[in-house]
Amino acid sequence: MPTIWLILIVLAVAAAGYAAGRGRALRGVGGEGRSLHSTPAYHGANVAMKSAGPALLLLAVWLAAQPVYVNGIVSAMIPDSAVRDGTSLELTLAEVRRTARGLDLAVEKGLMDEEFARDAGVDPADMTARLRDSGAVVTSAVTAPVLEAARKFRALDAAGGRFMAAAVVAAAVLGALWGIGQARKGFRARNVVERGIEAALIAAASIAILTTLGIVLSLLFNTVEFFGLYPAHEFFFGTSWAPSFSGRGGSSELGVPPLLWGTLYISLVALLVAVPIGLFSAIYLSEYAGSGVRSVAKPMLEVLAGIPTIVYGLFALLTVGPLLVDVFGEGGLLGVSWQGGGRSVMTAGLVMGVMLIPFVSSLSDDIIRAVPRAMRDGSYGLGATRSETIKRVVLPAALPGIVGAVLLAASRAIGETMIVVLGAGAAARLSLNPFEAMTTVTAKIVSQLTGDSDFASPEALVAFALGMTLFVITLALNVFALYIVRNYREQYE
Amino acid sequence: MSAASVDAPLDPPPRPKSSLLAPSDRTRRRRAAERRFRACGVAAISVGVLFLAVLAAAIIRSGAPAFTRTVVDVTITLSREQFERAEGQLLKTAAYEAVLIGALQEMLEEREERAPFDAASLRRILGKTGGSLREFFRANEDRIGRPVEFTLPASSRVDGYMNGRVSRDSLTDSRFLKAADLDLVDALAGAGIIHSEFNWPFITGADSGVDNPGGAGIGAAVVGSFFMMLVVLALSLPIGVAASIYLEEFAPRNWFTDLIEVNISNLAAVPSIVFGILGLAVFIQFFHLPQSAPLVGGLVLTLMTLPTIIISTRASLKAVPPSIRDAALALGASKTQAVFHHVLPLAMPGILTGTIIGLAQALGETAPLLLIGMVGFVARGYPDGFVAGFTDPNSAMPAQIYTWASRADPGFYEKAWGGIIVLLIFLLSMNIVAIVLRRVFERRW
Repeated sequence: MPTIWLILIVLAVAAAGYAAGRGRALRGVGGEGRSLHSTPAYHGANVAMKSAGPALLLLAVWLAAQPVYVNGIVSAMIPDSAVRDGTSLELTLAEVRRTARGLDLAVEKGLMDEEFARDAGVDPADMTARLRDSGAVVTSAVTAPVLEAARKFRALDAAGGRFMAAAVVAAAVLGALWGIGQARKGFRARNVVERGIEAALIAAASIAILTTLGIVLSLLFNTVEFFGLYPAHEFFFGTSWAPSFSGRGGSSELGVPPLLWGTLYISLVALLVAVPIGLFSAIYLSEYAGSGVRSVAKPMLEVLAGIPTIVYGLFALLTVGPLLVDVFGEGGLLGVSWQGGGRSVMTAGLVMGVMLIPFVSSLSDDIIRAVPRAMRDGSYGLGATRSETIKRVVLPAALPGIVGAVLLAASRAIGETMIVVLGAGAAARLSLNPFEAMTTVTAKIVSQLTGDSDFASPEALVAFALGMTLFVITLALNVFALYIVRNYREQYE
Repeated sequence: MSAASVDAPLDPPPRPKSSLLAPSDRTRRRRAAERRFRACGVAAISVGVLFLAVLAAAIIRSGAPAFTRTVVDVTITLSREQFERAEGQLLKTAAYEAVLIGALQEMLEEREERAPFDAASLRRILGKTGGSLREFFRANEDRIGRPVEFTLPASSRVDGYMNGRVSRDSLTDSRFLKAADLDLVDALAGAGIIHSEFNWPFITGADSGVDNPGGAGIGAAVVGSFFMMLVVLALSLPIGVAASIYLEEFAPRNWFTDLIEVNISNLAAVPSIVFGILGLAVFIQFFHLPQSAPLVGGLVLTLMTLPTIIISTRASLKAVPPSIRDAALALGASKTQAVFHHVLPLAMPGILTGTIIGLAQALGETAPLLLIGMVGFVARGYPDGFVAGFTDPNSAMPAQIYTWASRADPGFYEKAWGGIIVLLIFLLSMNIVAIVLRRVFERRW
């Protein structure tokens, strides 16, 4: 039974329960609603809550747990010999799932009956042919152990689905009966319902914690697994990044320093563009510009922040890169041949700098405006000009906040992905030439995890270690920056 | 005092002559510094605005050609004998192409023009048309013997020639297009047979294979994005509002609340690619949800958008004055009733505005989608139904643009820019709706 029907049934039970609970509460006092503690609607809502709440929760938990459980049982069934050379248990499991889905499809299309799909004595070759006919994606000949596992998978899945439907509907009905039983004169239905609402609110707020936990755990487990396959000191101190996808293990060099260097170099270029432009824009907008200029210029700068990064990436790849080659490349305007191809540190850094301008300017603008008027007036009173006031009084007062803003921008630059994937290149290099192609941590996470790589290999798992590195660096920067900004705000509030 | 002044030397050191009317050097220097500083500010803003203008110009200039396509209008009358003869041959599609060439030449002769046509040049200009002609006539045998009007798309290089992307000088003879073919194209264009029209297949179509940039469309990716946004809206709005209400109205000040607050502000600054890793590890590897499905993309983007929505929702809840709550409580409402019956409706316009802006942000996000398998996969068609729309592999607009940008054929770059224009139109309209909502419903207390 599709899950959507199950949900509709639960909702129908809850709706019926609502009507029943409301009716019973009213009947209990002879239609005199005033003598109830809570309004009849709250009695109804109590029933609906007790019926739908636990049932839907059970459904969600079951849906999440069943695949994990079934996969555990099925993977225990697959002998090591059934795992083809060059693949892993994970890939074989995927094949089992594909075969099971193919069986479903074939039965649905009438190419075989249910008996045949379950029959253990069927020749695998015959089965493969029938699966092909049904249009299921079958990679190669289905082997006997895989077919066996697929049958078990189907059986467990179907049984699990039936048990789930029964359990969920039972939970809904029992909850409804419990709630209807409570619908009596003295029952404080409103308080119960409100406690239920508050619990739901707390659950929603806890999702933030669960997300962080999910990020940390998924990074941590895979990183630990990676360090089991690849020595940690070579990851942290190896100066070469050369993963191999051809051979199985052994020949890859996975040192993070070249990637970190590329990341920091590109971020540095980006900040060298964004900080002066952003800061001067903020100063002009907050100290000089009239409200007319401000109301036009500020939104225009903020448009830059609303543009998706894929647009900047394409801009870097197809516009800025060729332009830089025309100027700095071979036979270019300057007559120097510094830049070989369109992708380079400068390409990505310049475009990323443009992206960060509004980020720096709007944060600094807020911070500069928070400097109290009295400090400026004091400076003007002593005869300082506007620029002297800004340089000697306002900026020193705002400095901690501005440093925080720059750190936040740096964290944004380090974590930026699309611009570097499209604009920075793919070769990891330790070089000082900003016109050379380099690569970054984020670009390598993308390249190691896209494509048909085997998730158990160190070449794929290294992406999680890279993710962990990225997460730790940006987290530290963010926490430090937020700490500075918050301290600064409190100073003048 | 007076004694001291008497003892003072009679000649005081000469004071520098200065007048209030004529500015001194120092004053001039200070004023120049002031002007310089101010000019720096103006320059910074101009540079920012200039970048915006350059970006807009690059997008429009490079993306506009994606919205036109070059087509050949030709009327073919296929007689029954021709049909049967063609079906009887070994090279059936070549026979149909011969019919097409005949029709084209006839049309040219009517206008007293003449151009050397052969099957190879036709194939270079129009691609493999024989197959589609055959398919049409086999499916509609009743149209045989009557004139049928065909609109056939020209190959992407001919398209480039008509748009000015490929010029006669820059063209080197290749198996895709020869200089001699351009004479043919000019003759056809002079006769009005080949012309440009609005490229509807780009808006409504699905992605094509890697060798056919001309036939690629963004329609399927728009549908994929739409289903993803449905998931994001359905999850992030209720969860975000519930979380904000708890934090703003109910939460006691304790370590648990602090933990939630710290988590939300940190999640808002976590790089988006990390959410992609989370989606890959949790939703795909652990829960075995289907790869490339809009459902998974929506879940990942929901987690990413939640902090944005929570932050803006809390701001709008905070903007509702406490007197509203006090009045409700004084009339005997419970705290829950006060919040849900009074505060929440008043905060709703602000919440909706924040939600739309969060959705717009999610719509343009690419990096997490790369990791859950929305690239390296060709979205060839529309999903079969509503439920399949969530679970069947599909692409999304930014992922489709990335896919095109990373293909080897430069013909796809134009499509990528065109895709960006479509994406930006969606973002722009969402932001305009948000601004209008804010203007119409904004309330000052």
